[in-house]
Amino acid sequence: MYGWIWRRLPGSPALRVLQALLLVALVSALLLFVVFPYLEPRLPANPVTGPVTVNR
Amino acid sequence: MHPVAGKHRGGWDFSTEAETPVGALRPSKRPLRLTGGHRNDARRAGGHPNGDTVGRRITRGVGELLLTCGAVLMLFVVYEVWVSNLFADHKQHQVRQQLATAWQRGQDPLKGQDRLNLPVGKQVLLPTGQGFANLYIPAFGKDFARTVVQGTSDSDLDAGPGHYVNSQLPGQLGNFAIAGHRVGRGEPFLNLDRLRPGDTIVVQTASNWYVYAVLGSRPAYLAASRIADRDKRNAAVAAALAAPDNQGVPGREIVSPNAVHVIDPVPDHPLATPTRALLTMTTCHPKYSADQRMIVHAQLVRAVPHAGGSLPRELPGGTL
Repeated sequence: MYGWIWRRLPGSPALRVLQALLLVALVSALLLFVVFPYLEPRLPANPVTGPVTVNR
Repeated sequence: MHPVAGKHRGGWDFSTEAETPVGALRPSKRPLRLTGGHRNDARRAGGHPNGDTVGRRITRGVGELLLTCGAVLMLFVVYEVWVSNLFADHKQHQVRQQLATAWQRGQDPLKGQDRLNLPVGKQVLLPTGQGFANLYIPAFGKDFARTVVQGTSDSDLDAGPGHYVNSQLPGQLGNFAIAGHRVGRGEPFLNLDRLRPGDTIVVQTASNWYVYAVLGSRPAYLAASRIADRDKRNAAVAAALAAPDNQGVPGREIVSPNAVHVIDPVPDHPLATPTRALLTMTTCHPKYSADQRMIVHAQLVRAVPHAGGSLPRELPGGTL
């Protein structure tokens, strides 16, 4: 998968490293600011019972 | 000619290996990738463009997938303890602005009912998620201020510390109980473990300043803070905090999440009739966990009506 992406990046190796880092940053930002905020309240991860409901 | 071989003049001689047709020696394995022309090398070897067998590609695919899952999980932790604060700070800012605007216009979400001692359980109806008071805790930093919202659902607590809807209002006889996150989502009560007997907590409503002091034995705490050995000092401070007062309420307790009586009008005494105004704060314990709850109780020391822009003297820069 990563090899496939790497081979499709144009330019010199230095330029490819830059593009690869950019891609990583893009995917991370998408996860942190869109996917996780959407997913987090839907996860069954709140082990909270009773009215004393403060978590983490 | 091999580009690496030239660099090693006088050292090892790679030329023998590099000049050997690699594909012929190892037809099914990945060719040495020193020339940069691996694609052509692989084609010549007669395999996949990568020069990999199917098994090798599957193995690598699975490996990459697992690495990716690990990275995503680590990123989720970053979200939980850090990025969630950015979202929560934004919501907290909004509720604080809304409350400030309402107060400026002379509107009070509580309609002044915090000044009345209503019968326990009969509270003003307030929409959940709405801010109605500001909370100041100088022990958390002289600029620590959070707007308290009504309700303790996940979305309420995303905006700030939340008021347990069936508990009393600030200043009322009984218990003004609020919940807050320990780590992430604004983490208003991150440092709840730093509160000590006698520490000040100030609550501001449209009509009054309410000054509370953390329960527990202040003399025992002062004596404990002079112990040199760190472990012994921490244990003595914890004991001073846990000491119940003459009505059986401690300054701090660590309980299981279903110990609902800590937010009763008289904490831990569900059948008792309240004779004083208390404040209870609940958060998760230990840090980064939801196994237990840390509970801190405080008692109302005085209530001061708002007068101009003056702060009560318990707050930094205050004069009242």
